[in-house]
Amino acid sequence: MITLNVLIAVCLTYVAFLFAVAFVAERSALRGRVRWLKAPMVYTLSLSIYCTAWTFYGAVGSAARSGFEYLTIYLGPSLVMVGWWWVLRKLVRIGRSQRITSVADLISSRYGKSNLLAICVTVLAVVGTTPYIALQLQSVTLSFEVFAQPGVLSPEEGARSYTALWVAFGLATFTVIFGTRNLDANERHHGVVMAIAVEAVVKLAALMAVGIFVVWGLSGGAAQTLARIDASELGQWRMDGGRWAGLTLLSAAAFLCLPRMFQVLIVESDDEGHLRTASWAFPLYLMLMSLFVVPIAVVGLDLMPSGSNPDLFVLTVPLAMGQEGLAVLSFLGGFSSATSMVIVAAIALSTMVSNHIVMPIWLRFTGGGASVSGDVRHVVLLSRRLSIAGVVALGYVYYSLSGGGTALATIGLVSFVGLAQVLPAMLGGIFWRGATRTGAMGGLITGFAIWLYTLFLPSIGTGALPEAVMSQGPFGLGWLQPQALFGITGLDPLMHALLWSMALNVTVFVGLSLTSFPSPLERLQGAQFVNIFDHSGGPRSWAGGVAQTEDLMIMAQRILGAREAQALFEREARRQGARGTLPDPNPGFLETLEKELSGSVGAATAHAMVGQIVGGTSVSVEDLMAVADESAQLMEYSARLEAQSDELSRTARQVREANLKLTRLSVQKDAFLTQISHELRTPMTSIRAFSEILRDSPGLTAAEQSRYASIIHDEAIRLTRLLDDLLDLSVLENGQVNLNLRQGLLGQVLDRAAAAANDGGLTLRIRRDPRAEEIMLITDLDRLSQVFINLIANARKYCDATSPELTIEVREDAELLVIDFIDNGTGVGIEARDMIFEKFARVSDRQAGGAGLGLAISRQIMTRLGGEIAYLPGHAGAAFRVTLPRKLAMAAQ
Amino acid sequence: MTDRGESGRDAGAAPERIKSPLFLHRDSYRRRRIMDAARFLPVLGLLLWSVPLLWSAAPEGAVSSSAALTYIFGVWAILALAAFVLSLYLGRGEDEPGSGG
Repeated sequence: MITLNVLIAVCLTYVAFLFAVAFVAERSALRGRVRWLKAPMVYTLSLSIYCTAWTFYGAVGSAARSGFEYLTIYLGPSLVMVGWWWVLRKLVRIGRSQRITSVADLISSRYGKSNLLAICVTVLAVVGTTPYIALQLQSVTLSFEVFAQPGVLSPEEGARSYTALWVAFGLATFTVIFGTRNLDANERHHGVVMAIAVEAVVKLAALMAVGIFVVWGLSGGAAQTLARIDASELGQWRMDGGRWAGLTLLSAAAFLCLPRMFQVLIVESDDEGHLRTASWAFPLYLMLMSLFVVPIAVVGLDLMPSGSNPDLFVLTVPLAMGQEGLAVLSFLGGFSSATSMVIVAAIALSTMVSNHIVMPIWLRFTGGGASVSGDVRHVVLLSRRLSIAGVVALGYVYYSLSGGGTALATIGLVSFVGLAQVLPAMLGGIFWRGATRTGAMGGLITGFAIWLYTLFLPSIGTGALPEAVMSQGPFGLGWLQPQALFGITGLDPLMHALLWSMALNVTVFVGLSLTSFPSPLERLQGAQFVNIFDHSGGPRSWAGGVAQTEDLMIMAQRILGAREAQALFEREARRQGARGTLPDPNPGFLETLEKELSGSVGAATAHAMVGQIVGGTSVSVEDLMAVADESAQLMEYSARLEAQSDELSRTARQVREANLKLTRLSVQKDAFLTQISHELRTPMTSIRAFSEILRDSPGLTAAEQSRYASIIHDEAIRLTRLLDDLLDLSVLENGQVNLNLRQGLLGQVLDRAAAAANDGGLTLRIRRDPRAEEIMLITDLDRLSQVFINLIANARKYCDATSPELTIEVREDAELLVIDFIDNGTGVGIEARDMIFEKFARVSDRQAGGAGLGLAISRQIMTRLGGEIAYLPGHAGAAFRVTLPRKLAMAAQ
Repeated sequence: MTDRGESGRDAGAAPERIKSPLFLHRDSYRRRRIMDAARFLPVLGLLLWSVPLLWSAAPEGAVSSSAALTYIFGVWAILALAAFVLSLYLGRGEDEPGSGG
């Protein structure tokens, strides 16, 4: 008889063996010898955590109770694996290119990295998995009892809790040690996966050993076993069709959605090629696991006393037949099933809880940014470890409270339905670009709520929902009865809950997705997920670590400059204690480098650049958007610079023009000074000469005296006129002139001006239109006449045509009175046009007529009169336009 | 629900059409058909495993358990074998873009 102590010793030896396997695997992975760890068979065997203690013990119990229903739990996953080309291939590709760490991460990444959604999935996963963990603790505890007191199935509660507590403690310790050994961004756990693969072999071997013993040892061969089955109470196919189909689909859904399955299927996946092997090997594994279930159940029902727990036939049948060694092997098989499930589930859940709940809260309270520095890594590890302990503790609490009364299979199915609520959001997310965050959130919450209400709470026991609610619905609303929603009764409670939760989940998901509008990040992620095979150029390597320091050096030199980069690398190498000039690319160095780089190119770009060289990981959408933001800022900045430089060059051009004008003015002024001194000197010379003659020549005749005196007089008048002009201009410029407003006809003003200007003898023909000139004016007529005289005199002086001719055109409109003076000469050159109105300006020295003050004075006069005078381009000859405001003219009438 | 279902309707339509020729080389053609087979296999499995839904639940015409077990496990073995054969042909080389079609 095996004592409990021997059993515990066997157990501890087995656990120590697992520790050793995990440890060796970790060491090999660290040394880079990962080839045998990455074998497709290891991947396939790690998937076997689908087969938990529920399978190992519960399948036989289920077969003994309800026939072939247990098969559906394996048919669904087999179909999913065989159909890997549809869904799993895509999920694995997405998981690798998007660095997905959990099912919550997948959903949140797809729907615009929404943390709220991740929290929802995490809560759902924790609630759905806790009973499952409790189930494993229960099965291990039960199996211990079989050896402690054979035949007695209900020992005192205290001892039971005690066993469960120790099991939970041991599992949590193992998980913490190997599940959070290092914070690898890849979330790979080589040690754990290897241990699980070993456990998979152990449980398959154990179950098959028991099966072979039952078939060939007890029943006498395959044919006899089949005959025995037909003769037993399971002899005929009695299966409810709805449950057969429903449970097959449910198990297929759960296979994809269970956090622990997602962990081994997607997160721990090293190579898409492994799926090819698993596609046939895993269905084969499942087939072998379920092959001997019915024979064991039938033989157990035959051999064991009525009332024995059929869930434990796998153990009790060999024990009853005296096969203690086989019983211990079987016990280890069950133990392996339970432990591997709890370990992976705890790792998967702790990743979710830590990443989506604990870390966001911690970051918010510490006010730390998103930058991952050394101490943050430490915090992440701590939060993972606490989460693992918390998850296992939660399972233990659930186990203690529920007392472990329910049949194993029921708890498992309740859990399946809960977790399957993630399926619509998951499949919709990878196949339908129109799926939105709002839709996913709505569907999840709806399905989760219905599951809680119709299945989970009723399954806990009578305490959770009052009896009245169960039988009559809440507040007496019969159509809201938890197990007969909308008045549809007679359904199996599980199928009822599955039907309603999934139907409403999908409806809300699709409905809200159709009516809401996704954010840009969501749409980007959606396109990346759905078209993953178009976007990702093959799987990216996860094996980071092997960073090329030289590549980093080249990049850093490009950004920081050669000398600075070399100095930085040397400093880091010294700090690390390395001998060469190149430091090891450890996280500390990369962080420093990234910070240095971000000073030059911005944080997001630096992160992406270092990430690309070091990890070979894909640049996330967030990175890209941050880069885009930075580029947008740069572009805006450069646009501003461009605008400023435009303005500068405009100003410079103006300054250059002004300078040119000043230079020309200065030249003109010099010329004018020469001219004016000449103008002043000529009359002064003649005055002096003739006054000397008058003084020194006594014998002059009266006629001569009179002639000389009149010459002196004329010259004096010329001087006076010149000085008058200068004075006049000065007065006008200083605004000291008083206008002498009078009324008069424009024609008369022009007549007077023409007469005054044309008295010099040189003939200038003036063409006028007297009818157009009959306009009454109120203005300073003398000043206006002065302007006209100046213009006509200019034409007379400068028009170089053979028969000079001046056309005076008068036009008026509502606002303005316009008088154009156009002659038929060569006109004024373009370069001189902006000069002619300046003081002392003269177009050329061609005809030394005046002092160059006429047009300057005219302009000042017109400004005083409220009008203007301008050169009129576009005519063959010189053309001037005098403009007067009509208002002043109208007021005269 | 094919991999390119969405891209076929979306902006990617035109370049995709240019990228993949209308008629394929014999080898590529064979590879595509093997992918089709891989897609069809789970459908076949689902159909075969739905056959028990037709079996009578009444005691007189009921299928015996040994026959039922033989059928279900037989289908299982055939599916695993077929998946194994397909996995030999579905090599790594088929991962190029557009292989979804």
